[in-house]
Amino acid sequence: MSFSRRQTLAIMAGSGLSVMLGGRMALATPTEELIANFTGGAEITGEGLTLTAPEIAENGNTVPVEVDAPGAESIILLATGNPNPDVGVFHFGPLAGAQMASTRIRLAGTQEVVAIAKMSDGSFARAAQEVKVTIGGCGG
Amino acid sequence: MRQMLRTGAAWTALGLAGSAALAPAATAQEANLVINDEIEIVTRAPAPEHMEYMSEVVSGWEYRSPETQALQMDDFENPGMIGVDNARADFETAMGPDGQSCASCHDSPEALEGVRAVYPKWDEAKGEVQTLEMQVNECVTERAGAEPWDYTGDRMTEMVALISSVSRGMPVDVAIDGPAQETWEKGKEIYYTRYGQLELACANCHEDNYDNMIRADHLSQGQINGFPTYRLKNGALNAVHDRFKGCVRDTRAETFAPGSPEFVALELYVASRGNGLSVEGPSVRN
Amino acid sequence: MAENVTPRVRVPKEAAAGEVITIKTLISHPMESGQRKDKEGNLIPRSIINRFTCTFNGETVIDVAMEPAISTNPYFEFQAKVPESGTFTFTWIDDDGSTYEDTKEIAVA
Repeated sequence: MSFSRRQTLAIMAGSGLSVMLGGRMALATPTEELIANFTGGAEITGEGLTLTAPEIAENGNTVPVEVDAPGAESIILLATGNPNPDVGVFHFGPLAGAQMASTRIRLAGTQEVVAIAKMSDGSFARAAQEVKVTIGGCGG
Repeated sequence: MRQMLRTGAAWTALGLAGSAALAPAATAQEANLVINDEIEIVTRAPAPEHMEYMSEVVSGWEYRSPETQALQMDDFENPGMIGVDNARADFETAMGPDGQSCASCHDSPEALEGVRAVYPKWDEAKGEVQTLEMQVNECVTERAGAEPWDYTGDRMTEMVALISSVSRGMPVDVAIDGPAQETWEKGKEIYYTRYGQLELACANCHEDNYDNMIRADHLSQGQINGFPTYRLKNGALNAVHDRFKGCVRDTRAETFAPGSPEFVALELYVASRGNGLSVEGPSVRN
Repeated sequence: MAENVTPRVRVPKEAAAGEVITIKTLISHPMESGQRKDKEGNLIPRSIINRFTCTFNGETVIDVAMEPAISTNPYFEFQAKVPESGTFTFTWIDDDGSTYEDTKEIAVA
């Protein structure tokens, strides 16, 4: 069976479009990708992770946050609205007195801060909070 | 009866709405600042006599969020203290041709307790009002025989932060009379002069509108008892004249230079507006 | 090597055997994110501390993988179990390969 030029062009356009669409549907956001890498695709079912962050950050340059997940092996912290959402991963060793850590982070703008904890039994827990980041008036 | 109720409810609603509109957008936190569980800082005081339009002076600390305030309550948490530590090392470091260091004359930084609280002040020998930076450079060049330090550079700002830190808790007490008076009057005039395309005077924000919000910034009284200050915005210690420069630029005016007679006079005047508050530097601000 | 990088650590001087203590660490480092531009509009290259570890007598307390979103002058607060007297070792690893270290002794009564 031979196709006319018009038919060939149509088939090529159609398959090209489906490749594009198929590709787009498979693209995850950077945050989702980072989470998938951390959890290996496992479902996040557990509770027991507390994320503490201010409701309004006085300055996005230095925002104090704390993560706490008793029994966790590691906790990943993500700033979903930053150019690169990865903030850091806390790995707790045998001599960690508690599976918690506090630090100060940079937030590029108002966004949701997300933490995922990998528990020692292999399950995952999630906590999130929106932090409003203000840009100053005159002094800012 | 039903008609009266309707009106009553309406008036109450109107009253509530009205008072909400009139209330300030944010209120300075009334809390206590105690550093390291031992240094008590006075952040509110009756306004000094010379101030005509205000009855109470309030430290910039009160206008910051609780998280920012907490950073100043402990010398370990306060990132400005990193600069103070650097200056402590510098204090002992030889700078002059004969190996003179600050410590050669001044023993230890603690020996300079009380100094920050009275600067800027009149220097009889020089015949002018001197800021702490000018005094440091006088020592550096004339007593240690070294090159002067950059007025708002890191080295100078850290040293001024160290000298401030040993006076924390002491009341600011700059002299505005006697030989300093002329400079003080000049500073006062600058404070109330409108500058720039935006035609703003220091007083327009810091006297007429402190405690209000300017965009997302909670306006303070513009006190300098906490300088040098560690700003979260640039993650560094900031000197007073750099802040003045920033403020003047924010009015879209050509600014005076750090170390200029105008800024020296302004610093004396603004410091005097905080007489009674405690020396707080290095403070932590946004 | 970034200039003037000074670590500071706060650890109690003593503890009871098995006690959990709070440790605070701060290190002066610009944590240049790689997002900022200089006056000519060129991107200032990334230069950060990318890892922080704390061990006690050789065993891991905490190990943090750090990204540019950690603020200037990185600060960490965490808890450690103290089974016996010994030494805490704190290590910060810079993008450029330098390592900064600090140690603190603790006595168990």
